[in-house]
Amino acid sequence: MTEPLLVLDGLQKSFGALRATDDVSLDVAPASIHALIGPNGAGKSTLIAQIAGTLKPNAGSVRFLDKDITGHSVPKRAQLGLGRTFQVSSLAMAFSALRNVMLAVQARQHSTFRFWRPVRGDRSLIEPAMAQLERVGLAERAHLPVTALSHGERRQLELAVALALEPKVLLLDEPMAGLGGEDSQRMTEVLISLRQDVAMLLVEHDMDAVFRLADRISVLVYGRVIASGSVADIRASQEVRDAYLGE
Amino acid sequence: MLEMRNETYLNVGIALLLLAVPLGAWVMDESYYITVASRVAILALAGVGLNLALGFGGMVSFGHAAFFGLGGYAAGVLSHHAFEGSVFLNWPVTIDGSDATLTLWFAAILLSGAVAAIIGMISLRTSGVYFIMITLAFAQMIYYLAISLPTYNGEDGLPLYLRSSLPGLDMSDDLTFFFVCYALLLLAIFLSVRIVGSRFGAALECARQNETRLSAIGIAPYPVKLTAFVFSAMITGLAGALFVELNGFVSPSILSWHLSGEIMIFVILGGVGRFYGPIVGAALFIVLETVIGGYTERWQLFLGIILLGVVLFARGGVIGLLAGKARHD
Repeated sequence: MTEPLLVLDGLQKSFGALRATDDVSLDVAPASIHALIGPNGAGKSTLIAQIAGTLKPNAGSVRFLDKDITGHSVPKRAQLGLGRTFQVSSLAMAFSALRNVMLAVQARQHSTFRFWRPVRGDRSLIEPAMAQLERVGLAERAHLPVTALSHGERRQLELAVALALEPKVLLLDEPMAGLGGEDSQRMTEVLISLRQDVAMLLVEHDMDAVFRLADRISVLVYGRVIASGSVADIRASQEVRDAYLGE
Repeated sequence: MLEMRNETYLNVGIALLLLAVPLGAWVMDESYYITVASRVAILALAGVGLNLALGFGGMVSFGHAAFFGLGGYAAGVLSHHAFEGSVFLNWPVTIDGSDATLTLWFAAILLSGAVAAIIGMISLRTSGVYFIMITLAFAQMIYYLAISLPTYNGEDGLPLYLRSSLPGLDMSDDLTFFFVCYALLLLAIFLSVRIVGSRFGAALECARQNETRLSAIGIAPYPVKLTAFVFSAMITGLAGALFVELNGFVSPSILSWHLSGEIMIFVILGGVGRFYGPIVGAALFIVLETVIGGYTERWQLFLGIILLGVVLFARGGVIGLLAGKARHD
Protein backbone atom coordinates (compact mmCIF):
# COMPACT_ATOMS: atom_id res chain seq x y z
CA MET A 1 0.00 0.00 0.00
CA THR A 2 1.45 3.36 -1.01
CA GLU A 3 1.49 6.29 1.35
CA PRO A 4 -1.59 8.50 1.14
CA LEU A 5 -0.95 11.99 -0.28
CA LEU A 6 -3.47 13.84 1.84
CA VAL A 7 -4.32 12.87 5.40
CA LEU A 8 -6.91 14.54 7.62
CA ASP A 9 -6.50 13.64 11.23
CA GLY A 10 -9.16 14.41 13.81
CA LEU A 11 -10.29 17.68 12.24
CA GLN A 12 -12.74 19.71 14.30
CA LYS A 13 -14.46 22.97 13.51
CA SER A 14 -17.26 24.55 15.50
CA PHE A 15 -19.34 27.63 14.83
CA GLY A 16 -20.73 28.45 18.25
CA ALA A 17 -22.58 25.34 19.41
CA LEU A 18 -22.69 23.87 15.93
CA ARG A 19 -20.08 21.21 15.25
CA ALA A 20 -19.65 21.60 11.52
CA THR A 21 -16.69 19.24 11.45
CA ASP A 22 -16.62 16.63 14.16
CA ASP A 23 -13.46 14.57 14.43
CA VAL A 24 -13.04 13.89 10.74
CA SER A 25 -10.17 11.65 9.66
CA LEU A 26 -9.75 10.49 6.11
CA ASP A 27 -7.07 10.20 3.46
CA VAL A 28 -6.56 10.32 -0.27
CA ALA A 29 -4.26 7.73 -1.84
CA PRO A 30 -2.22 8.31 -5.01
CA ALA A 31 -4.02 7.80 -8.32
CA SER A 32 -7.37 7.45 -6.63
CA ILE A 33 -10.61 9.34 -6.21
CA HIS A 34 -12.02 9.61 -2.74
CA ALA A 35 -15.60 10.84 -2.85
CA LEU A 36 -17.20 12.70 0.01
CA ILE A 37 -20.97 12.55 0.05
CA GLY A 38 -23.60 13.65 2.48
CA PRO A 39 -26.85 15.62 2.72
CA ASN A 40 -26.96 19.41 2.53
CA GLY A 41 -25.56 20.99 5.65
CA ALA A 42 -23.43 17.96 6.46
CA GLY A 43 -20.33 20.15 6.53
CA LYS A 44 -18.75 19.15 3.24
CA SER A 45 -17.88 22.67 2.16
CA THR A 46 -16.61 23.51 5.64
CA LEU A 47 -14.32 20.51 5.41
CA ILE A 48 -13.06 21.48 1.95
CA ALA A 49 -12.41 25.01 3.25
CA GLN A 50 -10.22 23.62 6.02
CA ILE A 51 -8.25 21.50 3.59
CA ALA A 52 -7.80 24.37 1.13
CA GLY A 53 -6.88 26.71 3.97
CA THR A 54 -9.67 29.30 3.92
CA LEU A 55 -10.85 28.09 7.35
CA LYS A 56 -8.66 27.14 10.30
CA PRO A 57 -9.76 24.03 12.18
CA ASN A 58 -10.18 24.22 15.97
CA ALA A 59 -8.33 20.95 16.36
CA GLY A 60 -6.76 18.22 14.32
CA SER A 61 -4.33 18.40 11.44
CA VAL A 62 -4.09 18.38 7.68
CA ARG A 63 -1.05 16.54 6.32
CA PHE A 64 -0.09 16.83 2.69
CA LEU A 65 2.86 15.00 1.12
CA ASP A 66 4.08 14.14 4.63
CA LYS A 67 4.04 17.76 5.71
CA ASP A 68 1.78 19.31 8.32
CA ILE A 69 0.10 22.13 6.41
CA THR A 70 -2.56 22.97 9.01
CA GLY A 71 -1.05 26.42 9.50
CA HIS A 72 -0.27 27.14 5.85
CA SER A 73 -2.00 29.92 3.93
CA VAL A 74 -4.16 29.23 0.88
CA PRO A 75 -1.48 30.31 -1.65
CA LYS A 76 1.18 28.23 0.08
CA ARG A 77 -0.96 25.11 -0.05
CA ALA A 78 -1.66 25.71 -3.71
CA GLN A 79 2.06 26.06 -4.39
CA LEU A 80 2.72 22.74 -2.70
CA GLY A 81 0.37 21.08 -5.16
CA LEU A 82 -3.05 21.16 -3.56
CA GLY A 83 -5.40 22.40 -6.26
CA ARG A 84 -9.08 23.10 -5.95
CA THR A 85 -12.20 24.02 -7.84
CA PHE A 86 -15.00 26.01 -6.32
CA GLN A 87 -18.62 25.06 -5.81
CA VAL A 88 -19.62 28.37 -7.33
CA SER A 89 -17.23 29.21 -10.17
CA SER A 90 -14.64 31.72 -9.04
CA LEU A 91 -12.68 33.06 -11.99
CA ALA A 92 -11.20 36.32 -13.22
CA MET A 93 -14.36 37.31 -15.06
CA ALA A 94 -12.93 40.01 -17.31
CA PHE A 95 -10.16 37.75 -18.59
CA SER A 96 -10.52 35.25 -21.39
CA ALA A 97 -10.52 31.56 -20.58
CA LEU A 98 -6.96 31.36 -21.83
CA ARG A 99 -5.76 34.23 -19.64
CA ASN A 100 -7.26 32.54 -16.60
CA VAL A 101 -5.26 29.40 -17.28
CA MET A 102 -2.12 31.37 -18.24
CA LEU A 103 -2.18 33.01 -14.83
CA ALA A 104 -2.20 29.58 -13.20
CA VAL A 105 0.72 28.53 -15.41
CA GLN A 106 2.73 31.55 -14.31
CA ALA A 107 1.83 30.80 -10.69
CA ARG A 108 3.18 27.29 -11.20
CA GLN A 109 6.38 28.76 -12.66
CA HIS A 110 6.72 31.17 -9.71
CA SER A 111 7.23 33.93 -12.22
CA THR A 112 4.70 36.53 -11.08
CA PHE A 113 7.24 39.20 -10.18
CA ARG A 114 8.26 39.91 -13.74
CA PHE A 115 7.33 43.35 -14.82
CA TRP A 116 8.49 43.84 -18.35
CA ARG A 117 7.75 41.15 -20.89
CA PRO A 118 4.15 41.11 -22.13
CA VAL A 119 2.16 37.94 -21.42
CA ARG A 120 0.37 38.43 -24.70
CA GLY A 121 2.25 36.27 -27.17
CA ASP A 122 4.36 34.62 -24.46
CA ARG A 123 4.50 31.03 -25.67
CA SER A 124 5.90 29.70 -22.41
CA LEU A 125 2.53 30.61 -20.88
CA ILE A 126 0.18 30.13 -23.81
CA GLU A 127 1.25 26.65 -24.84
CA PRO A 128 0.89 24.95 -21.45
CA ALA A 129 -2.37 26.83 -20.92
CA MET A 130 -3.80 25.69 -24.25
CA ALA A 131 -2.79 22.13 -23.42
CA GLN A 132 -4.90 22.25 -20.26
CA LEU A 133 -7.84 23.77 -22.10
CA GLU A 134 -7.62 20.96 -24.62
CA ARG A 135 -7.53 18.44 -21.83
CA VAL A 136 -10.91 19.62 -20.54
CA GLY A 137 -12.32 20.15 -24.04
CA LEU A 138 -12.41 23.95 -23.98
CA ALA A 139 -9.70 24.81 -26.52
CA GLU A 140 -12.10 26.25 -29.07
CA ARG A 141 -13.48 28.69 -26.53
CA ALA A 142 -10.05 29.82 -25.29
CA HIS A 143 -10.29 33.43 -26.42
CA LEU A 144 -13.76 34.17 -25.11
CA PRO A 145 -14.11 36.17 -21.90
CA VAL A 146 -15.38 34.15 -18.96
CA THR A 147 -18.60 36.16 -19.01
CA ALA A 148 -19.38 34.68 -22.44
CA LEU A 149 -18.93 31.08 -21.29
CA SER A 150 -21.83 28.87 -20.28
CA HIS A 151 -22.14 27.53 -16.77
CA GLY A 152 -20.82 24.14 -17.85
CA GLU A 153 -17.87 25.71 -19.66
CA ARG A 154 -16.96 27.68 -16.57
CA ARG A 155 -16.80 24.44 -14.60
CA GLN A 156 -14.50 23.01 -17.24
CA LEU A 157 -12.39 26.15 -17.07
CA GLU A 158 -12.15 25.88 -13.28
CA LEU A 159 -10.76 22.41 -13.78
CA ALA A 160 -8.29 23.55 -16.46
CA VAL A 161 -7.03 26.31 -14.14
CA ALA A 162 -6.58 23.84 -11.30
CA LEU A 163 -4.80 21.37 -13.58
CA ALA A 164 -2.39 24.04 -14.82
CA LEU A 165 -0.97 24.08 -11.29
CA GLU A 166 0.05 20.45 -11.87
CA PRO A 167 -1.45 19.53 -8.52
CA LYS A 168 -0.75 16.30 -6.67
CA VAL A 169 -4.22 16.36 -5.18
CA LEU A 170 -7.32 18.12 -6.43
CA LEU A 171 -10.18 19.19 -4.22
CA LEU A 172 -13.30 19.21 -6.35
CA ASP A 173 -16.25 20.94 -4.73
CA GLU A 174 -19.32 19.71 -6.62
CA PRO A 175 -17.86 19.87 -10.14
CA MET A 176 -21.14 18.54 -11.59
CA ALA A 177 -23.38 21.05 -9.83
CA GLY A 178 -25.76 22.63 -12.28
CA LEU A 179 -24.43 20.71 -15.27
CA GLY A 180 -26.84 19.19 -17.76
CA GLY A 181 -26.72 15.50 -18.64
CA GLU A 182 -24.27 15.88 -21.48
CA ASP A 183 -21.92 18.28 -19.68
CA SER A 184 -21.97 16.14 -16.57
CA GLN A 185 -21.16 13.09 -18.68
CA ARG A 186 -18.25 14.90 -20.25
CA MET A 187 -16.91 16.11 -16.91
CA THR A 188 -17.05 12.53 -15.61
CA GLU A 189 -15.02 11.36 -18.63
CA VAL A 190 -12.45 14.10 -18.06
CA LEU A 191 -12.07 13.20 -14.39
CA ILE A 192 -11.66 9.51 -15.23
CA SER A 193 -8.92 10.41 -17.72
CA LEU A 194 -7.14 12.43 -15.02
CA ARG A 195 -7.21 9.88 -12.27
CA GLN A 196 -3.85 8.30 -13.07
CA ASP A 197 -2.08 11.67 -12.80
CA VAL A 198 -3.94 13.43 -10.04
CA ALA A 199 -5.52 12.09 -6.90
CA MET A 200 -8.84 13.70 -6.07
CA LEU A 201 -11.09 14.44 -3.16
CA LEU A 202 -14.48 14.78 -4.76
CA VAL A 203 -17.48 16.36 -3.10
CA GLU A 204 -20.50 15.56 -5.21
CA HIS A 205 -24.26 15.11 -5.07
CA ASP A 206 -24.59 13.36 -8.41
CA MET A 207 -24.57 9.76 -7.19
CA ASP A 208 -24.26 8.27 -10.67
CA ALA A 209 -21.04 10.18 -11.14
CA VAL A 210 -19.81 9.29 -7.66
CA PHE A 211 -20.41 5.59 -8.16
CA ARG A 212 -18.67 5.70 -11.53
CA LEU A 213 -15.67 7.68 -10.35
CA ALA A 214 -14.91 6.87 -6.75
CA ASP A 215 -12.43 4.35 -5.44
CA ARG A 216 -13.50 5.13 -1.90
CA ILE A 217 -16.49 6.89 -0.52
CA SER A 218 -16.90 8.60 2.85
CA VAL A 219 -20.28 9.69 4.06
CA LEU A 220 -20.52 12.86 6.10
CA VAL A 221 -23.58 13.52 8.24
CA TYR A 222 -23.78 16.35 10.79
CA GLY A 223 -20.04 16.86 10.51
CA ARG A 224 -19.17 13.22 11.27
CA VAL A 225 -17.94 10.51 8.94
CA ILE A 226 -20.59 7.83 9.51
CA ALA A 227 -19.22 5.41 6.96
CA SER A 228 -16.19 5.00 4.79
CA GLY A 229 -15.43 2.24 2.32
CA SER A 230 -15.46 1.00 -1.22
CA VAL A 231 -18.35 1.76 -3.56
CA ALA A 232 -19.81 -1.67 -2.90
CA ASP A 233 -19.56 -1.24 0.87
CA ILE A 234 -21.34 2.06 0.80
CA ARG A 235 -24.06 0.89 -1.52
CA ALA A 236 -24.65 -2.03 0.82
CA SER A 237 -24.57 -0.10 4.08
CA GLN A 238 -27.94 0.20 5.77
CA GLU A 239 -26.78 3.14 7.85
CA VAL A 240 -25.88 5.10 4.73
CA ARG A 241 -29.18 4.29 3.09
CA ASP A 242 -31.08 5.52 6.11
CA ALA A 243 -29.06 8.65 6.54
CA TYR A 244 -28.54 9.73 3.00
CA LEU A 245 -29.49 7.66 0.05
CA GLY A 246 -33.08 7.75 1.24
CA GLU A 247 -33.95 4.27 0.11
CA MET B 1 -10.08 44.43 -32.46
CA LEU B 2 -11.77 47.47 -33.94
CA GLU B 3 -12.39 48.89 -30.48
CA MET B 4 -8.78 48.41 -29.54
CA ARG B 5 -7.68 50.34 -32.63
CA ASN B 6 -10.12 53.07 -31.82
CA GLU B 7 -8.59 53.48 -28.41
CA THR B 8 -5.09 53.53 -29.89
CA TYR B 9 -6.04 56.31 -32.33
CA LEU B 10 -7.73 58.19 -29.54
CA ASN B 11 -4.66 57.88 -27.32
CA VAL B 12 -2.37 59.19 -30.05
CA GLY B 13 -4.79 62.06 -30.59
CA ILE B 14 -4.82 62.91 -26.91
CA ALA B 15 -1.03 62.86 -26.70
CA LEU B 16 -0.67 65.03 -29.80
CA LEU B 17 -3.27 67.51 -28.59
CA LEU B 18 -1.46 67.96 -25.31
CA LEU B 19 1.71 68.61 -27.31
CA ALA B 20 0.01 70.99 -29.75
CA VAL B 21 -1.40 73.38 -27.15
CA PRO B 22 1.90 74.65 -25.71
CA LEU B 23 3.50 74.70 -29.16
CA GLY B 24 0.64 76.87 -30.40
CA ALA B 25 0.94 79.05 -27.34
CA TRP B 26 4.67 79.38 -27.94
CA VAL B 27 4.11 80.44 -31.54
CA MET B 28 1.56 83.03 -30.40
CA ASP B 29 3.83 84.04 -27.53
CA GLU B 30 1.21 83.21 -24.89
CA SER B 31 3.49 81.74 -22.24
CA TYR B 32 0.60 81.46 -19.76
CA TYR B 33 -0.87 78.59 -21.76
CA ILE B 34 2.45 76.79 -21.80
CA THR B 35 2.31 76.79 -18.02
CA VAL B 36 -1.29 75.56 -18.13
CA ALA B 37 -0.23 72.69 -20.37
CA SER B 38 2.61 71.85 -17.98
CA ARG B 39 0.11 71.73 -15.15
CA VAL B 40 -2.08 69.35 -17.13
CA ALA B 41 0.89 67.11 -17.88
CA ILE B 42 2.00 67.07 -14.24
CA LEU B 43 -1.45 66.43 -12.80
CA ALA B 44 -2.02 63.76 -15.45
CA LEU B 45 1.23 62.15 -14.34
CA ALA B 46 -0.11 62.05 -10.78
CA GLY B 47 -3.25 60.45 -12.20
CA VAL B 48 -1.23 57.87 -14.15
CA GLY B 49 0.34 56.93 -10.83
CA LEU B 50 -3.00 56.56 -9.07
CA ASN B 51 -4.44 54.68 -12.03
CA LEU B 52 -1.95 51.89 -11.51
CA ALA B 53 -3.29 51.30 -8.00
CA LEU B 54 -6.93 52.25 -8.55
CA GLY B 55 -7.61 51.35 -12.15
CA PHE B 56 -5.59 48.18 -12.51
CA GLY B 57 -5.23 47.01 -8.92
CA GLY B 58 -8.64 48.08 -7.64
CA MET B 59 -7.07 49.88 -4.68
CA VAL B 60 -9.16 52.98 -4.11
CA SER B 61 -6.55 55.14 -2.44
CA PHE B 62 -7.91 58.37 -1.06
CA GLY B 63 -4.47 59.33 0.15
CA HIS B 64 -2.40 59.86 -2.96
CA ALA B 65 -1.90 63.52 -2.09
CA ALA B 66 0.46 62.19 0.55
CA PHE B 67 2.77 60.86 -2.15
CA PHE B 68 2.30 63.87 -4.40
CA GLY B 69 3.06 66.14 -1.46
CA LEU B 70 6.00 64.12 -0.18
CA GLY B 71 7.52 64.15 -3.64
CA GLY B 72 6.95 67.88 -3.72
CA TYR B 73 8.46 68.42 -0.30
CA ALA B 74 11.45 66.21 -1.08
CA ALA B 75 12.25 68.33 -4.11
CA GLY B 76 11.28 71.62 -2.50
CA VAL B 77 13.19 71.15 0.73
CA LEU B 78 16.38 69.98 -0.98
CA SER B 79 16.40 72.86 -3.41
CA HIS B 80 15.57 75.27 -0.57
CA HIS B 81 18.70 74.10 1.25
CA ALA B 82 20.72 74.33 -1.93
CA PHE B 83 19.58 77.94 -2.36
CA GLU B 84 20.34 78.76 1.26
CA GLY B 85 23.61 76.85 1.12
CA SER B 86 22.64 74.90 4.22
CA VAL B 87 22.54 71.18 4.90
CA PHE B 88 19.32 69.19 5.09
CA LEU B 89 20.64 66.60 7.51
CA ASN B 90 23.77 66.42 9.65
CA TRP B 91 23.27 63.17 11.43
CA PRO B 92 23.64 60.19 10.96
CA VAL B 93 24.74 61.10 7.48
CA THR B 94 25.25 64.49 5.98
CA ILE B 95 22.74 65.31 3.28
CA ASP B 96 23.26 68.57 1.49
CA GLY B 97 20.63 70.44 -0.40
CA SER B 98 20.66 69.98 -4.13
CA ASP B 99 19.66 71.87 -7.22
CA ALA B 100 20.33 69.00 -9.60
CA THR B 101 17.02 67.97 -11.13
CA LEU B 102 17.85 64.29 -11.24
CA THR B 103 18.75 64.28 -7.54
CA LEU B 104 15.45 65.97 -6.70
CA TRP B 105 13.47 63.48 -8.76
CA PHE B 106 15.32 60.61 -7.21
CA ALA B 107 14.63 61.95 -3.71
CA ALA B 108 10.95 62.45 -4.53
CA ILE B 109 10.57 58.92 -5.91
CA LEU B 110 12.51 57.38 -3.06
CA LEU B 111 10.63 59.19 -0.30
CA SER B 112 7.16 58.64 -1.73
CA GLY B 113 7.97 55.01 -2.46
CA ALA B 114 9.32 54.36 1.04
CA VAL B 115 6.36 55.99 2.74
CA ALA B 116 3.97 54.14 0.41
CA ALA B 117 5.58 50.87 1.46
CA ILE B 118 4.80 51.64 5.09
CA ILE B 119 1.30 53.01 4.46
CA GLY B 120 0.55 50.18 2.05
CA MET B 121 1.78 47.49 4.43
CA ILE B 122 -0.80 48.60 6.97
CA SER B 123 -3.61 49.78 4.69
CA LEU B 124 -3.61 46.72 2.45
CA ARG B 125 -4.57 44.56 5.39
CA THR B 126 -7.98 46.14 4.94
CA SER B 127 -10.14 46.55 1.88
CA GLY B 128 -13.16 48.44 0.58
CA VAL B 129 -14.30 51.43 2.59
CA TYR B 130 -11.73 50.76 5.31
CA PHE B 131 -8.93 50.99 2.78
CA ILE B 132 -10.27 54.32 1.52
CA MET B 133 -10.49 55.67 5.06
CA ILE B 134 -7.12 54.42 6.26
CA THR B 135 -5.27 55.86 3.26
CA LEU B 136 -7.08 59.15 3.87
CA ALA B 137 -6.10 59.04 7.54
CA PHE B 138 -2.42 58.50 6.74
CA ALA B 139 -2.42 61.33 4.23
CA GLN B 140 -4.01 63.66 6.77
CA MET B 141 -1.36 62.72 9.33
CA ILE B 142 1.36 63.75 6.91
CA TYR B 143 -0.56 66.91 6.04
CA TYR B 144 -0.71 67.99 9.68
CA LEU B 145 2.93 67.04 10.14
CA ALA B 146 3.85 69.43 7.32
CA ILE B 147 1.70 72.18 8.82
CA SER B 148 3.42 71.84 12.17
CA LEU B 149 6.98 71.93 10.79
CA PRO B 150 8.28 75.43 11.57
CA THR B 151 11.58 74.77 9.75
CA TYR B 152 9.79 74.90 6.43
CA ASN B 153 7.31 77.67 7.26
CA GLY B 154 4.49 75.30 8.26
CA GLU B 155 1.22 76.28 6.69
CA ASP B 156 2.67 79.24 4.81
CA GLY B 157 4.91 77.08 2.71
CA LEU B 158 8.29 77.67 1.13
CA PRO B 159 9.00 79.82 -1.90
CA LEU B 160 11.64 78.40 -4.22
CA TYR B 161 13.65 80.93 -6.10
CA LEU B 162 15.32 78.83 -8.75
CA ARG B 163 14.40 75.92 -10.90
CA SER B 164 16.74 72.96 -10.62
CA SER B 165 19.12 72.25 -13.41
CA LEU B 166 19.14 69.34 -15.80
CA PRO B 167 22.35 68.97 -17.81
CA GLY B 168 21.94 70.35 -21.32
CA LEU B 169 18.49 71.82 -20.72
CA ASP B 170 17.33 75.22 -19.59
CA MET B 171 14.64 74.26 -17.09
CA SER B 172 13.69 77.88 -16.47
CA ASP B 173 12.41 78.06 -20.03
CA ASP B 174 8.67 77.32 -19.87
CA LEU B 175 8.53 75.34 -23.08
CA THR B 176 11.57 73.24 -22.16
CA PHE B 177 10.04 72.55 -18.78
CA PHE B 178 6.83 71.47 -20.49
CA PHE B 179 8.74 69.06 -22.72
CA VAL B 180 10.39 67.52 -19.68
CA CYS B 181 7.02 67.02 -17.95
CA TYR B 182 5.49 65.70 -21.13
CA ALA B 183 8.32 63.23 -21.68
CA LEU B 184 8.00 61.95 -18.13
CA LEU B 185 4.24 61.62 -18.55
CA LEU B 186 4.62 59.52 -21.68
CA LEU B 187 7.37 57.50 -20.03
CA ALA B 188 5.12 56.78 -17.04
CA ILE B 189 2.29 55.71 -19.35
CA PHE B 190 4.70 53.47 -21.26
CA LEU B 191 5.89 51.91 -18.00
CA SER B 192 2.27 51.37 -16.93
CA VAL B 193 1.49 49.66 -20.22
CA ARG B 194 4.46 47.35 -19.79
CA ILE B 195 3.72 46.58 -16.14
CA VAL B 196 0.01 45.95 -16.71
CA GLY B 197 0.76 43.74 -19.71
CA SER B 198 3.38 41.70 -17.85
CA ARG B 199 2.99 38.64 -15.66
CA PHE B 200 2.90 40.90 -12.65
CA GLY B 201 0.15 42.93 -14.28
CA ALA B 202 -1.91 39.81 -14.95
CA ALA B 203 -1.74 38.91 -11.27
CA LEU B 204 -2.55 42.49 -10.30
CA GLU B 205 -5.63 42.56 -12.51
CA CYS B 206 -6.73 39.22 -11.12
CA ALA B 207 -6.35 40.61 -7.60
CA ARG B 208 -8.77 43.37 -8.59
CA GLN B 209 -11.28 40.99 -10.12
CA ASN B 210 -11.13 38.08 -7.72
CA GLU B 211 -8.63 37.75 -4.88
CA THR B 212 -9.93 34.33 -3.91
CA ARG B 213 -9.00 33.07 -7.33
CA LEU B 214 -5.50 34.50 -7.12
CA SER B 215 -4.91 32.83 -3.74
CA ALA B 216 -6.32 29.55 -4.97
CA ILE B 217 -3.73 29.31 -7.73
CA GLY B 218 -0.96 29.98 -5.26
CA ILE B 219 -0.25 33.68 -5.70
CA ALA B 220 -0.60 35.69 -2.50
CA PRO B 221 -2.45 38.92 -3.37
CA TYR B 222 -0.86 41.05 -0.66
CA PRO B 223 2.71 41.40 -2.01
CA VAL B 224 1.36 41.91 -5.53
CA LYS B 225 -0.88 44.74 -4.40
CA LEU B 226 1.76 46.26 -2.15
CA THR B 227 4.30 46.36 -4.99
CA ALA B 228 1.79 48.03 -7.30
CA PHE B 229 0.86 50.49 -4.57
CA VAL B 230 4.52 51.51 -4.16
CA PHE B 231 5.02 51.92 -7.94
CA SER B 232 1.86 53.96 -8.05
CA ALA B 233 3.06 56.24 -5.26
CA MET B 234 6.47 56.71 -6.87
CA ILE B 235 4.93 58.00 -10.09
CA THR B 236 2.62 60.33 -8.17
CA GLY B 237 5.59 61.46 -6.05
CA LEU B 238 7.55 62.41 -9.14
CA ALA B 239 4.58 64.45 -10.29
CA GLY B 240 4.67 66.27 -6.97
CA ALA B 241 8.32 67.21 -7.49
CA LEU B 242 7.53 68.64 -10.93
CA PHE B 243 4.52 70.51 -9.58
CA VAL B 244 6.60 72.25 -6.95
CA GLU B 245 9.17 73.25 -9.54
CA LEU B 246 6.50 74.55 -11.86
CA ASN B 247 4.98 76.74 -9.17
CA GLY B 248 8.23 77.69 -7.48
CA PHE B 249 6.42 77.06 -4.23
CA VAL B 250 5.77 74.20 -1.85
CA SER B 251 3.12 74.26 0.87
CA PRO B 252 1.02 71.72 2.77
CA SER B 253 -1.90 72.30 0.40
CA ILE B 254 -0.34 69.77 -1.96
CA LEU B 255 -0.77 67.20 0.81
CA SER B 256 -4.41 67.93 1.51
CA TRP B 257 -7.27 65.53 0.92
CA HIS B 258 -8.71 67.91 -1.70
CA LEU B 259 -5.80 67.01 -3.89
CA SER B 260 -6.30 63.28 -3.25
CA GLY B 261 -9.86 63.78 -4.44
CA GLU B 262 -8.75 65.75 -7.48
CA ILE B 263 -6.27 63.08 -8.57
CA MET B 264 -9.06 60.55 -8.21
CA ILE B 265 -11.32 62.78 -10.32
CA PHE B 266 -8.71 62.87 -13.11
CA VAL B 267 -8.70 59.09 -13.19
CA ILE B 268 -12.48 58.70 -13.05
CA LEU B 269 -13.22 61.44 -15.59
CA GLY B 270 -10.77 60.03 -18.08
CA GLY B 271 -11.68 56.43 -17.45
CA VAL B 272 -10.61 54.09 -14.68
CA GLY B 273 -7.98 51.68 -15.95
CA ARG B 274 -7.47 53.53 -19.26
CA PHE B 275 -3.84 54.41 -19.81
CA TYR B 276 -4.41 57.85 -21.31
CA GLY B 277 -7.49 58.59 -19.21
CA PRO B 278 -5.69 60.75 -16.64
CA ILE B 279 -4.58 63.17 -19.38
CA VAL B 280 -8.19 63.69 -20.43
CA GLY B 281 -9.31 63.96 -16.82
CA ALA B 282 -6.64 66.46 -15.84
CA ALA B 283 -7.15 68.49 -19.03
CA LEU B 284 -10.90 68.63 -18.51
CA PHE B 285 -10.37 69.69 -14.93
CA ILE B 286 -7.94 72.45 -15.83
CA VAL B 287 -10.05 73.67 -18.76
CA LEU B 288 -13.12 73.93 -16.54
CA GLU B 289 -11.10 75.70 -13.88
CA THR B 290 -9.63 78.14 -16.40
CA VAL B 291 -12.64 78.77 -18.63
CA ILE B 292 -15.65 78.56 -16.34
CA GLY B 293 -13.51 79.72 -13.42
CA GLY B 294 -13.08 82.94 -15.41
CA TYR B 295 -16.82 83.62 -15.16
CA THR B 296 -17.69 82.28 -11.76
CA GLU B 297 -15.94 81.05 -8.66
CA ARG B 298 -18.43 78.23 -8.54
CA TRP B 299 -16.92 76.38 -11.49
CA GLN B 300 -16.71 73.26 -9.39
CA LEU B 301 -20.49 72.99 -9.64
CA PHE B 302 -20.01 72.22 -13.33
CA LEU B 303 -17.21 69.83 -12.54
CA GLY B 304 -19.59 68.06 -10.17
CA ILE B 305 -22.28 67.80 -12.81
CA ILE B 306 -19.85 66.36 -15.35
CA LEU B 307 -18.45 63.93 -12.81
CA LEU B 308 -21.97 62.84 -11.94
CA GLY B 309 -22.74 62.33 -15.61
CA VAL B 310 -19.61 60.24 -16.11
CA VAL B 311 -20.24 58.09 -13.07
CA LEU B 312 -23.90 57.52 -13.96
CA PHE B 313 -23.76 57.20 -17.73
CA ALA B 314 -20.19 56.60 -18.83
CA ARG B 315 -18.51 54.21 -16.45
CA GLY B 316 -15.48 53.99 -18.70
CA GLY B 317 -15.02 57.75 -18.42
CA VAL B 318 -14.46 59.94 -21.47
CA ILE B 319 -12.18 57.34 -23.06
CA GLY B 320 -14.79 54.66 -22.53
CA LEU B 321 -17.41 56.92 -24.08
CA LEU B 322 -15.31 57.54 -27.18
CA ALA B 323 -13.52 54.22 -27.62
CA GLY B 324 -15.89 51.65 -26.16
CA LYS B 325 -15.30 49.09 -23.46
CA ALA B 326 -11.83 48.25 -22.23
CA ARG B 327 -10.36 45.24 -23.95
CA HIS B 328 -9.30 42.17 -22.06
CA ASP B 329 -7.98 39.10 -23.70
